[in-house]
Parts: sequence; C-alpha cells; structure tokens
Amino acid sequence: MSVYIVKRLLLAIPTLLIVAIIVFFSIRLIPGDVIDLMLAEQYAGATPYDRPRLEHELGLDMPIYIQFGRWLGFLSTPDEGYDGILQGNLGKSLWTERLVTTELANRFPVSLELGFLALIIGQIIALPIGIYSAVRQDTIGDYAGRSFAVFCIAVPGFWLATMVLVFPSIWWGWSPQMRYIPFLEDPVGNLGQFFIPAIIMGMMLSGTTMRMTRTMMLEMLRQDYIRTSWAKGLKESTVVLKHALRNAFIPVVTIIGMQLPIMIGGSVIMENIFCLPGVGNYLMQVITKRDYIPLSGLNLVMATLVLLVNLFIDLTYAYLDPRVHYR
Amino acid sequence: MSKEVGETPPEIVEEKKTHSLLVDLFIRLVKEKPLGTVGGIIVLVLFFTGIFAEFIAPYDYKEINLMDTLQAPSAQHILGTDNMGRDLLSRIIYGARISMVVGLAGAGLSVGIGTLIGGISGFFSGKYDMVLQRFVDAFMCFPPLFFLLTVMAILGPGLLQVILVLGIQGGIGQSRVIRSAVIGIKENMYFEAAKAIGASPIKILLRHVLPNIMAPIIIVFSTSVGSMIIMEATLSFLGFGIPPPVPTWGGMLSGSARTYMFIAPWMAIWPGLALSIAVYGVNMLGDAVRDLLDPRLRGGLGRYGMTKKKKAQIEKLTRGE
Repeated sequence: MSVYIVKRLLLAIPTLLIVAIIVFFSIRLIPGDVIDLMLAEQYAGATPYDRPRLEHELGLDMPIYIQFGRWLGFLSTPDEGYDGILQGNLGKSLWTERLVTTELANRFPVSLELGFLALIIGQIIALPIGIYSAVRQDTIGDYAGRSFAVFCIAVPGFWLATMVLVFPSIWWGWSPQMRYIPFLEDPVGNLGQFFIPAIIMGMMLSGTTMRMTRTMMLEMLRQDYIRTSWAKGLKESTVVLKHALRNAFIPVVTIIGMQLPIMIGGSVIMENIFCLPGVGNYLMQVITKRDYIPLSGLNLVMATLVLLVNLFIDLTYAYLDPRVHYR
Repeated sequence: MSKEVGETPPEIVEEKKTHSLLVDLFIRLVKEKPLGTVGGIIVLVLFFTGIFAEFIAPYDYKEINLMDTLQAPSAQHILGTDNMGRDLLSRIIYGARISMVVGLAGAGLSVGIGTLIGGISGFFSGKYDMVLQRFVDAFMCFPPLFFLLTVMAILGPGLLQVILVLGIQGGIGQSRVIRSAVIGIKENMYFEAAKAIGASPIKILLRHVLPNIMAPIIIVFSTSVGSMIIMEATLSFLGFGIPPPVPTWGGMLSGSARTYMFIAPWMAIWPGLALSIAVYGVNMLGDAVRDLLDPRLRGGLGRYGMTKKKKAQIEKLTRGE
C-alpha cells in the first residue's frame, strides 16, 4: 500500500509538470501580442521605445525556457528573486493589477459553497432512485427512474436556470437575488440565494450517479452471496441495503469524486447566470477580457485541484474496499 | 492450430461478425429496449430535420421582419417570433442541423482521436504507454468547460473550431476506454498467434485488434454524441461557440435574447425544449446500444467466441434470478 502511494505521488509530478507546460505555452498561442494589448490599453501615447522597456519589465525579452523557469519559480528574476508558482505567486491581472491569488482566495469560498450544496442535493436525489430502479428492474418505476436520470442529463442546466429566471418573474413578479450576499452578513439570505443554483446543479450531477448506482446495484444483486442471503430468508431491506448496497457503494463514491470537473463546469454556468462572484465567474471575466496571466493561473490551479482530488479518491479506495490490492 | 487461428479463418469470421453486429444490434434494440427505440426515433427525426431543413422550415432562419417582432405563437408563426421578427420554428429547424453536425462530427473526431491514442498506448505498451498516459493524465486534469472555454478563446468562435475542440477534449478522455480494450485483446491467443507468424504491428492492429474493439468504439461513439450536442449548446450559450446569425439552440438562449425573454417567454422555451428532447433521444439510444454491447452486463463473458445457443443459456441464467 505505501509503495503504491509513493508510486502515485511520483507519477503525479510529471503530470503536474506537463499541466504547467500546457498552461504556460497555451498563452503563447494566443493571437496578438500581450505587449500590443497592454500598450494599446494602458499606456496611451506609447512610443516605439516603450516596447522594449515593457518587454524587459515583464521578462519577455529572455529565452522562452528562462521565462518558463521564472514563471515556475525555479529561476530567479532580476528584481524580485525567486517569485513564481512554487513561491505561491500566480502573477497579476493585466487590467486590474490585482494578484490572482487574492482574487482566488476571495472567490473560492463562493464556488465551494455552491459545489458542496449541489453535491448534497445531488446525492439526495440520486441514491434512493438509483437503488429503487435496480431493485425493481424493468418495471414502470424503473423506467420512470431511468427516464428521470436521463432527463437530468439531457436538460441543460443553463436552460433550467433561464426558466427559473423567466417564469416566476412573469407570473409572480419574483426574481432571484442578483446581488451577492456574504454568508456572515445574512446566513439565511445567503443560503436562499445559493439554493436555486445548487438544486439545478445537483440535478445535473444526479443523473450520472443515479445510473451508476443502478448499474452497480444490478451487478451486486446478481452475485452469489446475494442469492445466499435471499435463500437464508433475509428481509428484502436487509439484502438490498445491508448486503448489496455496501459493496455497490464503493464505485459510486468514485463517481461522486470524478464529478468534480463537471461540478466546476456547472459552477461556471450557474455563477454567471445567477451573478455569484465565484471562480467560474472569474473565468468568464478573464476570458472575455483576454486577461491571459490570470487565465493560465486559474487553469493551473483547477487542474492541480482535480489531480489531487483524484489521487485522494484512489488512495481512499483501498480503505473503503478491502478487496482492492495495490501493487 | 496456430496456423488456423492466425491465417484465414479470423478474416472471414470477423467480417461476418462486424456485419451481423450492427444488424443484430438493431433487431435486439427494437425487441429488448423500448426506451432505446424511442430514442432511435427521436434521433431519426433530428437527422431528418437537420438534413432537410430548407424544405421543412416555413421561413428563412435569417429573414428579419421588423413588423412582426416578439409575436406570440400563432397560425402564421407557430412558435412565435424573436426580437428581430425571425420565425422561431424555422430557426429551431435550422438549429437541428448544427446540433446534428456537431454531435456526429464531434463524436466521430473524438472516437478517431481516442482510438489512435488508446490503440497506440495499449498496443505498444511500456515506455510509449508510460509517456503517452502522462499526457493523457495531464489533459484530463482540466475541467472540461475550463479547457473548452480557454481553447475557444485562443481559437476564436466558429463551427469548425467547436468541432475540433470538442473532438480533442472528448477523444483524450475516451482513449482510456480504448486503451483498456486493446490491453484486453492482447491477452487472447489469436493475438499471440498473429505475432508468432510474423504479422507486422500495423497488420495486427488493423486486422486483429481493430475489429475486436468495435464494440467499445461503438459504445464510446453513441454515448458521446449527446454530450457533444450539450457542450456545443453550452459554449454557444456562453458566447464562445458558434457566432450569430447562425441559429444554434444554445446561442438562441443567450445574448440579446436574454433581455427579451421576460416579454416573450416563448423565445426561451423552444430552443431549450428542442435541445432537451434531442439530447434525451440521443442518450437513450446510446444507453441502449451500450447495454446491448457491454459484456459486463451479461454475466461477465465477452460477446466473441460465444455461440448463440450458449449466449441464450447464459442470458437465461443471469436473468432468471
């Protein structure tokens, strides 16, 4: 087991390095020069002499591998010494000059709250329906449950959210709160504000979990030990919930973890529709403004997050399922 | 023995099987999967609408009529008109074409990329696999929407760019499925036999590996069409997909439409409804196809090398519980 952990951690290093390379060099692919953009936007009346000066200031006159090293924090910059990703500095916005790390620190709690609520609501919807669907396979209830699961996957979240905005406003003149209420200021108002986007996101997530629960339950219900427990004359609830669900639940836990990227994507949509100042809202903002330095920092942080969560899930897997042996 | 396995029989047998795979699949779909059949009908309607949009649509999708703006559904405009007086029904019919093209081309491209990466990685295991898989790992770390939005910001909006980005994004993820299928194939005797008689790697890949991973390839294709359609709509909704005036279901819910929706709610209903029905149908069909092809759901035995009689026996056993 400990050998496996070490192996996984060692494998994560090259992956993270490739992530950083992808993120860093994708900035270079962007049409148009960052310098041109900055000169045009911020330095009105710039002369041609400003260009080399600005390039030098940003360190863009150095060879690309040195720039990459400085960005990562392996190599020192002349003015600030070692100041890169490894030192916890993701750079600053070209427009507002604000540090990316500060922005993320402000916005992360919002996305986390939304994601957490959505995750809970998603499981409340998914697990009972998934289990019922498997136990009553090929009945009307099963068809209804599966149709609902596919409905959750098929109906786009942004459309549901649009409907929630449009119809209550037409019928009752009600519209959701569009100004962000911090939790510490007004906990009830804050939860009320997060509730609708969280339900929609939860529905988006629940489809996959519901189907995974059903599939795994079906597989478990066909196992020999389940036949044995039926033959012993156990109650249906005991067979299903105690014997089958416990083993079926392990892959479902993995699926819940694997939904993190989908959750982050869902938060991009919901935060933009419901005007919540989270990470997804920040992404749209920097993309629309072509703010490349925060864009790369944001991508790097998100990719690292997904990597670490996946690693964590894989490692907890062995604890959840004693049958799993890692080499 | 090895000669029999390695030379002529597999070619004949495999060709017959890939043919019967599709026909057999269709028959079983209609017989065993009512929801899948419904999905199939929805998909056929979507394709028909998409292909013959010019003949079905009562108006042109970009025909602006400023006398008839924001009309409620009526006999003249069955689904109403938008803020520029364009007929919504016609725009939704043309939107079906975009969804169909993106769904099929995106899923096709992603399966191609997935098969290429997964095939190479699984076939030439060892060092190649190790290096390639780290790149796949790295790409899979990016949340899909983050990746799509960032790359679309680099490439700029457009139909081709959307298909390309969706194909790459989907393909890298799917390569994992294909890779494990290829690794499974390598365990088989006929694979050893083909190597033993000195077949070149390319021949083994095309003749022996590819036909035998057709089932996972079809599954991956049929299950990814729906997500391609929904991803395109999401990108267009966020303003990074296919730019106006091309009518896409996602784009029709974004931009200026959002300001007029409160006066003309039909502008918000129809595109989303069309999108939901289309994705519902595609997913139902895709699921049915996966259920029919996935050996895991049929008692853990593969489809290949099983006689019909034996298969029926096993199915009877597994269902009889």
